[in-house]
Amino acid sequence: MIKIIRNFASRIFSGIFKKKGEIKLGFYGSPNAGKTSLANRICQDWLGEDLGSVSKMPHETRDIQIKEKVMIERDGKKIEFKLIDTPGIATKIDFEDFMKFGLKRKKAQNVAKEATQGIIESIKWLDDMDAVIVLIDSTMNPYSQVNITIIGNLVARDIPVLIVANKIDLKKSNVKKVQGAFPEYEVVGISAKSGDNIEEFYEGLFKLVKKI
Amino acid sequence: MVVKKKSVKKAAKIGKKIGKNASDLMIHFMPYSEIAREDTVGRIKKIMGLVLTNKIIILQGKLSPDEEVRLIENSMMLIGNIRGFQGVEIAAISGENEYKTLFDKVRRNIAKILVGEQDAITIIGPASVVKEITKDPKKLELMLQRK
Repeated sequence: MIKIIRNFASRIFSGIFKKKGEIKLGFYGSPNAGKTSLANRICQDWLGEDLGSVSKMPHETRDIQIKEKVMIERDGKKIEFKLIDTPGIATKIDFEDFMKFGLKRKKAQNVAKEATQGIIESIKWLDDMDAVIVLIDSTMNPYSQVNITIIGNLVARDIPVLIVANKIDLKKSNVKKVQGAFPEYEVVGISAKSGDNIEEFYEGLFKLVKKI
Repeated sequence: MVVKKKSVKKAAKIGKKIGKNASDLMIHFMPYSEIAREDTVGRIKKIMGLVLTNKIIILQGKLSPDEEVRLIENSMMLIGNIRGFQGVEIAAISGENEYKTLFDKVRRNIAKILVGEQDAITIIGPASVVKEITKDPKKLELMLQRK
């Protein structure tokens, strides 16, 4: 009986907080999909500062990075977000891949170890999100198992998802292929780097929030 | 599900043992019945046991999203603890998209509840053996590492 009352109270309280606008927005995807680039774009647009560093080397983000109190305004409506940038999820990590980016063996092994820890952290954080942006590199094959696994887990947890097909500024980009791979979801094509179509992304974000 | 230190040590032992025959390519066909009665922990244990012996698994059926994520988590815990282990390659293909009408979808979901998701094939292999699995909606292509 006490448990039921406690659960009821916690649901009411969490409902109140959600209405106040504290929305935990996660950025998920494969390494180098552009999660940090998009988080940086949002932070630059609304706070005038970056959230994290970006690099061509995969697994540059190896820790969860958080930016709180990011107030985004659209059509007179303000919503406060807590942005949670997660390390890219992969099924394999080979330290020798990091050596191709100029890292020495020992350093590459350390980076690989940190990257594995980062992936474990990303997975743990899945349960804590209110809504998630799944970044997909639109120049790559969207049918990768990692994308399917992430989206499947979010659906199983009843967490609203917005799929962002990133890197539309590149010639090889194919947003339609991403849309074809995930026909049941809203897909927005953007370039986090150049800012192309970012307004459509914000529109999609506000629609996503309504689903929470 | 967490892999304990003891399990990691045990897995490391297996890894060393199998290292000798790592150049042999072995494919293990796993009927759904082999994992049907296992819980998540049991399924992951069974799969990881085979992956650590450098076998490529062709599984009848599909893991749940949660099982897939646990498999990734476990793989990450073993990287760096088992010599030469770089994680796994995994891809699944199912007839899910073939079911266009509502009646077909309902029929498929009922079958899924009764006998599990058997109209799918999943390939899982050690990343040191399987370089890449490319997937388009209707086919899977397996690329192996050159020795």
